[in-house]
Amino acid sequence: MTSDSKRPRQRCNVARGESAGALGRRAAARVIVSCVAGLLATHSSAQDAQREAGNWPMAGRDYANTRFSPLDQINARNVGELKLAWTFSTGVLRGHEAAPIVVDGTLFVVTPYPNIVYALDLTQPGAPMKWKFMPRPEASAQGEACCDVVNRGVAYADGHVFFNTLDGQTIALDAKDGHEIWRTQLGDIRKGETMTMAPLVVKGKVLVGNSGGEYGVRGWLTALDAGDGKIAWRAYTTGPDDDVRIGPTFKPFYESDRGKDLGKSTWPGEAWKIGGGTVWGFLSYDPALDLVYYGTANPGPWNPSQRPGDNKWTSGIFARDPATGQARWFYQTSPHDLHDYDGINESVLIDVAIGGTTRHALVHPDRNGYVYVIDRATGQVLSANAYVPITTSTGVDVTTGAIHYAPDKEPQPGRTVRDICPGSPGGKDWQPSAYSPRTHLLYMPHQNICQDAETAQVSYIAGTPYVGAQLKMKPGPGGARGRVTAWDPAIGKATWRIDEDLPVWSGALATAGDVVFYGTMEGWFKAVDATSGKELWRFKTGSGIVGQPVSFRAPDGKQYVAVLSGVGGWAGAVVAGDLDTRDLTAAGGFAAVVPDLKQKTAQGGMLYVFALP
Amino acid sequence: MSSRCRDAVVRAGGALALAMALGCNAAPELRVCADPQNLPYSSADERGFENRIAELVAHDLGRTLRYHWQPQWRGYTRKTLLAGLCDVIPGIPAAAPDVLATDAYYRSAYAFVYAAARLPGLTSFDDPRLRRSRIGVQVVGIDAIATPAGQALARRGIVANVVGFPVMGERPSAARMIDALADGSLDVAIVWSPQPGYFIAQRGLAYAVVPIAAAPGDPSLEFAIAMGVRPGDIALQQALNGALARLRPRIDAVLRDYAVTRVQPESELAGFP
Repeated sequence: MTSDSKRPRQRCNVARGESAGALGRRAAARVIVSCVAGLLATHSSAQDAQREAGNWPMAGRDYANTRFSPLDQINARNVGELKLAWTFSTGVLRGHEAAPIVVDGTLFVVTPYPNIVYALDLTQPGAPMKWKFMPRPEASAQGEACCDVVNRGVAYADGHVFFNTLDGQTIALDAKDGHEIWRTQLGDIRKGETMTMAPLVVKGKVLVGNSGGEYGVRGWLTALDAGDGKIAWRAYTTGPDDDVRIGPTFKPFYESDRGKDLGKSTWPGEAWKIGGGTVWGFLSYDPALDLVYYGTANPGPWNPSQRPGDNKWTSGIFARDPATGQARWFYQTSPHDLHDYDGINESVLIDVAIGGTTRHALVHPDRNGYVYVIDRATGQVLSANAYVPITTSTGVDVTTGAIHYAPDKEPQPGRTVRDICPGSPGGKDWQPSAYSPRTHLLYMPHQNICQDAETAQVSYIAGTPYVGAQLKMKPGPGGARGRVTAWDPAIGKATWRIDEDLPVWSGALATAGDVVFYGTMEGWFKAVDATSGKELWRFKTGSGIVGQPVSFRAPDGKQYVAVLSGVGGWAGAVVAGDLDTRDLTAAGGFAAVVPDLKQKTAQGGMLYVFALP
Repeated sequence: MSSRCRDAVVRAGGALALAMALGCNAAPELRVCADPQNLPYSSADERGFENRIAELVAHDLGRTLRYHWQPQWRGYTRKTLLAGLCDVIPGIPAAAPDVLATDAYYRSAYAFVYAAARLPGLTSFDDPRLRRSRIGVQVVGIDAIATPAGQALARRGIVANVVGFPVMGERPSAARMIDALADGSLDVAIVWSPQPGYFIAQRGLAYAVVPIAAAPGDPSLEFAIAMGVRPGDIALQQALNGALARLRPRIDAVLRDYAVTRVQPESELAGFP
């Protein structure tokens, strides 16, 4: 199942639809395919393009991960009239981070644990349920996940729906009726290994990664054969070159990433064996270069003093050949990470005009506070500019690729370090940006959080006592805990910013109608002008929004905008998990900076779908 | 029947009164939170030493022992005791926040565990042989946090010959570390000292368990262990303190049975007169 074999099949679908009434469906399709396929090609390609414009087949919508919808029925002039079209309750109360997925008249959505997948029929009024699939993951998985029991979405390809379960399985369903095609157990839940990310399907392979680095899980990206779920290859983030799938084709741009077995030698002893570097963010793919891109999480579970060295290949970006998994390049955004700065944030593949030439770039807003613009063919950093106040480093040298850390912000046992900016969730966490090729701006939903690190009281886990370090998160400069920033990657500056009281933990959506959508943790779903940031419309949903908004065209020809409401995730765990906000360590320290969240929103998973009247 | 209970029954009358009287007569419960799979402390089939101590305490107080089983992972106090799922957590550090602690009933330290013939006389982090040995340490699995033993090694630059054993896992970390000593993949394990004795005995091995004294500049390696009740639950705290004092010889016997290595004579612990 490759992308090449996919194209003719889609043309067949168009032909089949037109003639279904006259002949037996299969026979008709065969006749049309064999006799008319060539003639139809040009015509149906246009139809395909139009139909595909109305789809949203993967979390980022396209391989470039732009979250840009080419639909423009809803635009900056009329979005003020947007009305609720229909809703759907998921029946689940935890943090809903998934993107609804839409393909040819069906909407697919996966819930947080217990990871129920629903298919809704967009051809019918009110979008009735077509099918529902309950994977029944192990209940113990709930206790393991660090930051709520989220799932970031399904992926659709070639008639199949692929998704991950919290207890570490990847499952393929038949998109038509929801029956299970295969399931493969990948994560070992007994070791704290979970799966929360949205798969990416490339050239017949389902690419998935693991979560749970804080428990000593060793990170990996795994490719499964889309047809049968068998493991095609696995690339670990740490260890010897063979394990990391580093071979002769590995050509990192910077000297610091060259050398044999750096995934071993940049760690003391065998610390790499439990070194973290999990893969739980979004992937992107460039078909022209035939490279997939993804970020790796921070090193764990060691204290930084126990793991001297760069700790490769954690907290960085990999480019790999999707067929073999062989690495092409790597760039480490946070060598020897000190502050939980995962490198998992999305990479958006766009062309950027820099110094008069157009560069095929990868734009990556990192947890460490910089937006990196990187040549996606070579891994060369073209620019790295701060998008939030940063105290933990003083800058990135694009000649050597090195980030310069501020020594006074290095955490040490027994020492209090104040004003660590950004805090552990970074300038931006998982919440994905959108890019509009019309405005050439990257729309980043993010937070503005700093923290103090103090040696805390005695604690214990599994009967083993220790003295903890307490991270006290607090609002960053200015006091607004959330931001939406429209970033111009060509000049490395913000064009406009919107302050939000609470962290903006939802994804962003940009459309050809020059509207940008995002949600707030209070539950407001907002539309703003893509050029100016001026608010054009808002709607109050039932719970805080931490989901990924999408836009699609239904069979009725209308453009819709959809988003899951249902507060949770790391930022919203105090509500999703009903945690005591007086306990400053609750939700990995996040409770301290959102003590008011419980007064502002409550649990509840609901899909909201909007359209013009 | 307490006078308050009797008054209520009298007021209610009839069938309801009968039901209430029965309820009043049932022994009150001692609701204990415990990990179903964390030997030698506790197990769902109640084989751990904290299970034995909880039985003694419940019997002493004339209460029916009832467990709430939950793995002792992060946020355990918050998710169990503070959520009202139980009234007491046995076997937690006396200095733990968010609980009202009873008097401590034992005190332990991180300890070297090794075959005496392999590293005879090892007692200190500054022993030069440590730099040439394969050392197992427990890893607590919270970003950026080390056990005090891990910190003490790291500040001496002893990191390359260190093997991490996450405390989260299918089997207790101490069991996995004893296995690694037995199969020769470790020379020495540094383990929180109540844990290794049980697994050493289970395997019929003869390893030294040597509590480590902190050198100047090292973090404290010792912790006093108590039971925790909800802040403000002074009545239960006092009741438990009474039971712990009365049961002292029997608790000591249980700890000896389970080869729990302690660092201080019982008589020096608060609450043990």
